[in-house]
Order: sequence, then C-alpha cells, then structure tokens
Amino acid sequence: MQFGLMSVSDITRDPVSGTTPSEAERIKAIVTIAKHAEDVGLDVFAIGEHHNPPFFSSSPTTLLAHIAAMTERLIVTTSTTLITTNDPVRIAEEYAMLQHLSDGRMDLMLGRGNTAPVYPWFGQDIRQGLHLALENYNLLHRLWREDVVDWEGKFRTPLQGFTSTPRPLDDVAPFVWHGSIRTPEIAEQAAYYGNGYFANNIFWPKEHYRRLIDYYRRRFEHYGHGTQKQAIVGLGGQAFIAKNSQEAHAQFRPYFDEAPVYGNGPTMEEFESSTPLSVGSPQEVIDKTLTFQETFGDYQRQLFLMDHAGLPLKTVLEQLDLLGGEVVPVLRKELEARRDPESPSNPPSHADLIKAKYGDEAPRQPAPNANRGDNVTGGSPYQDSEAGITAYPAP
Amino acid sequence: MNQTDPFRLVVVSAGVSDPSSTRLLADRLTQRVVAAAGERDRATTVTVIDLRELLPELPAALSTQLLGPRFERAVEALSQADGVIAAAPVYKAGASGLFTSFFQVLDNDLLIGRPVALAATAGTARHALVVDEEMRSLFAYLRALPVPTSLFASTEDWADDALNSRIDRAAHELVLLMESGFARAVREQSWKRYQHSYGSDAGRELEIDTDTDLMRLAAGGSMVDVDDAFDPRAS
Repeated sequence: MQFGLMSVSDITRDPVSGTTPSEAERIKAIVTIAKHAEDVGLDVFAIGEHHNPPFFSSSPTTLLAHIAAMTERLIVTTSTTLITTNDPVRIAEEYAMLQHLSDGRMDLMLGRGNTAPVYPWFGQDIRQGLHLALENYNLLHRLWREDVVDWEGKFRTPLQGFTSTPRPLDDVAPFVWHGSIRTPEIAEQAAYYGNGYFANNIFWPKEHYRRLIDYYRRRFEHYGHGTQKQAIVGLGGQAFIAKNSQEAHAQFRPYFDEAPVYGNGPTMEEFESSTPLSVGSPQEVIDKTLTFQETFGDYQRQLFLMDHAGLPLKTVLEQLDLLGGEVVPVLRKELEARRDPESPSNPPSHADLIKAKYGDEAPRQPAPNANRGDNVTGGSPYQDSEAGITAYPAP
Repeated sequence: MNQTDPFRLVVVSAGVSDPSSTRLLADRLTQRVVAAAGERDRATTVTVIDLRELLPELPAALSTQLLGPRFERAVEALSQADGVIAAAPVYKAGASGLFTSFFQVLDNDLLIGRPVALAATAGTARHALVVDEEMRSLFAYLRALPVPTSLFASTEDWADDALNSRIDRAAHELVLLMESGFARAVREQSWKRYQHSYGSDAGRELEIDTDTDLMRLAAGGSMVDVDDAFDPRAS
C-alpha cells in the first residue's frame, strides 16, 4: 500500500501570523516538503495543476523532475494533470521526459479541473470539458504505445505520421490514474484501459464515491483486465494530527475557519462528522482512515492533503513527522492484514509494467534512425521497427 | 401508491417570527387540503419543514453543498411527497432569502412533476405578484408543477373572506393533482426524458447508461464521423 501527499499548490495567507508567503518561498517550501515526505517514509508526492493565482503549480513536470532528482524512492505524480486544456501531445512528451529523468519513479493522474476560466485561456470550451477529457486521453494512450500515430479527432489538429518523443522509458507507458468524483464516463474510461481510478475524497456524500468506485471495479472486470478486486483504486483525504484531539483542534481551527475551500461555511466539527477530514490524535486519524477501506474496499494508494490553507512550513513538516512516524506504519500493517489476497498491495510500478510487457526479456530501447529529412511522414523512425502506419479508428 | 394510501403532504414554511403569518397561511391551506382529501375518502400525513430550524445548517449547505442532518431529513421528506405546500414571506420585493436558498440547495431532480401550492405573505399588497412572477419560475426551473391558484396574503387580506375562497380553491387543485398520480407516472414512464446528472434526485439518480456517445468515446471510440467508403479508417 502506498501512502503520500497531494498538494493543490495554494499560496494562502497564514491566518495566525497574518503573512502570505511569496511564490518564491512557497515553491522552495514544496520541495522541502516533498523531500521530507521521503525522509519520513511516505511513498508518493502529488502536485496539482493550476493556471491562476493564488496557486504556483502551472508546470508540474518541471517541479516533479526536480523533486525526483533530489529523492531516492519517492514516486512523483499529479493531482491532477488537466486532460481537458492541455494538448495531449504535450502531456505525452512532457511526462515521458519525466519518466526518463525519474527512472520510472512517476505516474500521473488526469482530471478535468474545476476552474472555469482556464478553458478559454487555452482556447477550449468548458461545455465540451468531458468530451475533451475522453478524446484527449484516447489520443494520449496511443501516443505512448505506437511509434507513429495517424489520428483525427474533434478538437485537436489531426496528426499524420506523428511520433511523440522521447518514447516512454523502456517503451512502457507511464501508469495513469483517472480522477473523478461524479462522472461515470471517467470511471468507464479508466476501466476500459485498465488504468487506475482515484476519488479525491475531500467532500462526501461517500455513497456517490462508493457507487462510482464499484462501477469502475465492475467495468474493469468486464473489459478483461482482472477481477474487481484487482482494479487499482486510490483515495484522497485530509488530516491534521497532534498529540491529542484537543490540541489538534486548537491548532487547526484558525486554518480551517479561513481555508479557501470550506472556510466561513460549516464548522470544523460538522465537516469532520460528514466528510473524510480527520483532526485529532494519531489514533483518531488511523481510525478514520480505516473507515475508507471499510466503505470502498481494498485500495492501493492513500494521499493526504496536508500543506494547504496557509499552514506554515514548520507545521507541515511536523505534520509529516506525525503522519510518517505514527500514523502510516499502523495503517500499513492494519490495511495489509485486512487485505483480500486477490487485491494487489500497490499500483503497478515501472518494474511491474516492464515485467507485464516483456516477461524476462530485455525491454526495448528505441534508437532513432538518422534524420533523413522526411521522417515526419511514413514509417517508424526507429531502427528496430518495420515501416508501417496505424489507422484510427482501429479497424 | 395505492388509491387508498394516505397522501403525503410536505409543508415548507419560511416564516421566521413566532407566530408567523406565513406559517399561519401554510397551516390554513394544509387544513383545507386535509379536509378536501378527507371528503374524497383519502387520509393525509403532513410533514412540516420549518426552514427557520434549518438556519444553522444553511451556511455549509450554501458554501459546500454539505447537507446537515436537518437538511437530510427535509430532503428525505420531499423525496416522498405526493404534494408540497411552499410558503414564503416577501421581503424587499422578493421571496425571503431563506426560502430561495433552501430550494436552490436542493437537487434539481428532487421535485420533478410534483404538485406544489405556492403561498406568500407580505406587509403590503404591492408585493402581490412576487408569488406568480418569482416563486412560480423557481418551481418551473425545478420542473415541479405549481397549482394554478397562488395564494398571497398581505395585511388587509387576513380580514377578507376572498382569501378563504382562494385557499379553498388552491387546496382543491392540489388534491386533484395529488390524486391524479402525475408525479409518480412521470417517474415511472418518462423519467429519462428529463436531463439528470449522476447522483441527483437526492442521491437516487445513480443508474449508469453505457449506451451513449460519451460512453462510447470513453471506451476508445471516436467523435469523428467516417462516412467516406474509400477512407481507410472506415473499415
């Protein structure tokens, strides 16, 4: 089971000190946080994507490549990468590059984003958001699996004889999660391709999530990728931990009350009782997190939102110490003990994907032919491939 | 629902004073509905949702769509209603913010086809059209079925017997519509003709249809029509 952090990259005024970090300070802080996540034994670091203040993360692959270079084990990923407004060709290229530089210690999560003005900034129409997400992923999937792609869709310029470079590390596409909390089509697409499904698990009603996750599991099996229990599920969540419940509430309350997402709305206690938020002692956070497994079944990745709402770096690092030191070790043990033997403990790693594709053979290492001036059209530009064009839609 | 089951009437009152003239108007209408149903040998169970009691949960509901336990109970009652009485005080030329906020928080699908009797009170007769021009359009958006007679009572109406005859008329209309089983028939026969979103209708709209263009696109399909027989993609 993997545990980690997900950050939305908000730059929020600290309501206790009254100061707002600069972009420079917050960007340096997130690198420190990610490195510390590895130090305290967490497995994953995920960053969101935004294109407006007060967020800093417009360029996730640059940040994640830097973090990957400064860590040894940490898997870097996104929460989420905008599959609607990004060109799928650029996603294919940028994340393949990240995959090479991180030696396969990455995956990515696709989402539609929830900031309406982002669409026109990138020449898109929010009313087509779901169509864009589905069509763009269909293309992205092929760009990582076929050396040469001919493609035509409704939104993007058609492609003729296009090769996305670099080819994925070991010619194995990065693992992809589809994030959604209310869209059956996204669950369907995740299931169709045998990809992972992630529910951010910040708000409930949990009944909605449970139904979508169950639907994804059923369709995963329907499309022949394995049994329902073998489907790959990830969940978000948020916690604030202190030695005891009282202290946790006292420390977190000013941040909760002014948090961008739910501030000035429900009380913290209301929010705790009706959403996955847990504020309390390590044991209280453990107990609440265990209810996720009871509700949604065995799952493979748990991400926590911990660096938001203006919490100062020092506090976030202390939170990570408690999370990594006292909460996660117990959760690991407990969730593995409960796990159905059929359910995988982890989402597929790069090594797993290599094994699935090549068995014991050595992975393919594509080397390009010399630039012949016309290799923008025609057959494969790689030395080990026959010339050939794939058609779309596939016959 | 059998022809003999009691009608389930839900009364939503946004009056905030105690006693409240809005609640008083809603109660008088409720009594007439119960009596009119009784004349037709039908019992009525009445659930009153006093919106004032939902006030503590309103900020969360408005800012995060997070419904507290009182809201959940109100939604549950409305999801079972054969008919609804919706009564609001008029403040500053509009139905009160509490009344509008409550219905804005509800799922779009919750009231589809359900008969609703509308009632409003005000301190001046100049607010008389609020009920038909503003409240009625809110229920049109929710695809509910407001009865033809709307009730409006300003100060002078309370002493006028014409109000009683309008209450009587509205009650009769509501009973006839409840009796017709229209809302149930819509739900059973033509529910799919309305636009729904996943989890709407108080979390009940959860059926997933895989036979749609979007679902085919999700499963690797294309939105591009290939109708040229010589196009290599059209095999």
